[in-house]
Amino acid sequence: MSLTNAEHGPAGASAPVDLEESRRHRRQSVEKIARWTLPAFVLLAMLFLWDRIVVWNEIPHYILPSPGNVWESLTTDWPILFDAALLTGRVTLMALALAVIGGAGLAILFNQSRMIEMSFYPYAVILQVTPVVSIAPLIFIYVSSKTVGMLLCAWIVAFFPVLSSTTLGLNSVDHNLRDLFRIYGASRWQRLWMLQLPSALPYFLGGLKIAGGLSLIGAVVAELVAGTGGVGAGLAFRIQEAGYRLNIARMFAALGLVAMMGVMIFAALSLFSHFMLRKWHESALKRET
Amino acid sequence: MPPAPLPPLGQRPEILRMEGVNKTFRGNVVALNGMTLGVGQGDFISLLGPSGCGKSTALRLIAGLMQPTTGRIRWTEAQSQGDLGVVFQEPTLMPWATVAQNVWLPFRLRGESYASVRDRVEEVLKLVGLEKFRAAYPRELSGGMKMRVSIARAMVTRPKLILMDEPFAALDEITRFKLNNDLLEMKAAIGCTVIFVTHSVFESVFLSDRIVVMAARPGRVSAELTVDAPYPRHEDFRTSAEYAARCRAASDALHTAMELAA
Repeated sequence: MSLTNAEHGPAGASAPVDLEESRRHRRQSVEKIARWTLPAFVLLAMLFLWDRIVVWNEIPHYILPSPGNVWESLTTDWPILFDAALLTGRVTLMALALAVIGGAGLAILFNQSRMIEMSFYPYAVILQVTPVVSIAPLIFIYVSSKTVGMLLCAWIVAFFPVLSSTTLGLNSVDHNLRDLFRIYGASRWQRLWMLQLPSALPYFLGGLKIAGGLSLIGAVVAELVAGTGGVGAGLAFRIQEAGYRLNIARMFAALGLVAMMGVMIFAALSLFSHFMLRKWHESALKRET
Repeated sequence: MPPAPLPPLGQRPEILRMEGVNKTFRGNVVALNGMTLGVGQGDFISLLGPSGCGKSTALRLIAGLMQPTTGRIRWTEAQSQGDLGVVFQEPTLMPWATVAQNVWLPFRLRGESYASVRDRVEEVLKLVGLEKFRAAYPRELSGGMKMRVSIARAMVTRPKLILMDEPFAALDEITRFKLNNDLLEMKAAIGCTVIFVTHSVFESVFLSDRIVVMAARPGRVSAELTVDAPYPRHEDFRTSAEYAARCRAASDALHTAMELAA
């Protein structure tokens, strides 16, 4: 605060800036540029190195394709890969939506009744800690629809972070505000809607970001277990299939797409979270100094 | 419309009476022992005492956040228990809501739309001097301004009784003096009764016409002083000889109370 004031103090912009202040300013602008250029540079260097290793050692493309091969595969196989990405993406987003509804819904239910929470919370934990890879084969025995099975797998992985962080948020209400609502005779519904849910929002959004990544993992695992048939092939299946055919370039291309999807989900959820909180929450606050 | 002038102390109708109120917490901790206190309409009562003397407990009992172990709290018909405003030590604002929305809260919980009470909200924001900040979020305000919003929220429904639990303890002295002055003006403007918990002798003398001095272990009333200096009191009251004498008397009473506990 005081530093900012000094910058725009009564002396105005022409006031001499001390050495420490100008150094700090320079460091900030350098960091701003480096944040983007450094990772980009590392990527280019890695691609170059990868290419050189393949060329100099004359490694055949069915063992390690060059970046150029991967790019070629990405462009020529684009129709196949794009369809696969659409399928995986659709399952991921649907599972995420279900995780939000299920996780937040359960959290509210648990919050409203301590007895229900005590009865069911341990099983939510058990469901979460059991690796989904080991549950998935069972699911596909009992669930005839591939899509439903995949959704179920992805949901099992993704709902828990939403549940646990929303539960934490619903219980993190300022105790004075809780007293105030009591004094004003607020109903249980008013307390939930006007006090607990807004208090829980930052926690919920934190859980949502984790759930986004997990639902992609869940969708990919479910695809690997389910195989294809009926619903078409997703990215995970394309990776497996390309592996059987020693089409390593396509494996890399599909892998790149999966990673891209993960990044896009995370970025979208981060942006969403920022817009929900930017007006009032500390996490969205730009520090002044 | 200014409220009718206050009758002198002792001639005001009683709105609330605590009769031999005891509060014992688990583990036989006696928080409050045999507190009897009549609250007259328009009184500004300070509960003054060291920590652990049960002053906050007394406030929570009056607010209905706790039930007395024995004894009772009687409300007169003119004063129902729900008709009160509360200000805590922290501003206790909803960070996700604007200043105006925070002030609207007591009405909102009664099911009244913002449009129907907009005039009341605007009026009370003007009273606390924050009408330009109605659309601001609490994090954009200073500590003193947040406390003003909190006071506005307590006053917006024009309750007959306002409970304040060390509201200015966390503020710097300059802000505290300013808020003390403004609080007296606001109280006069809406004509309410105030019960004010504090551990500051100077604050209690400046603000109140009755000071209830409390002792700790067990929490109880040790003495009651009246400050019959007339309202309105301004900054010059702070520097008057009368103020100094009152402060000395209150300070002595507080010392006696603390020796009782020791």
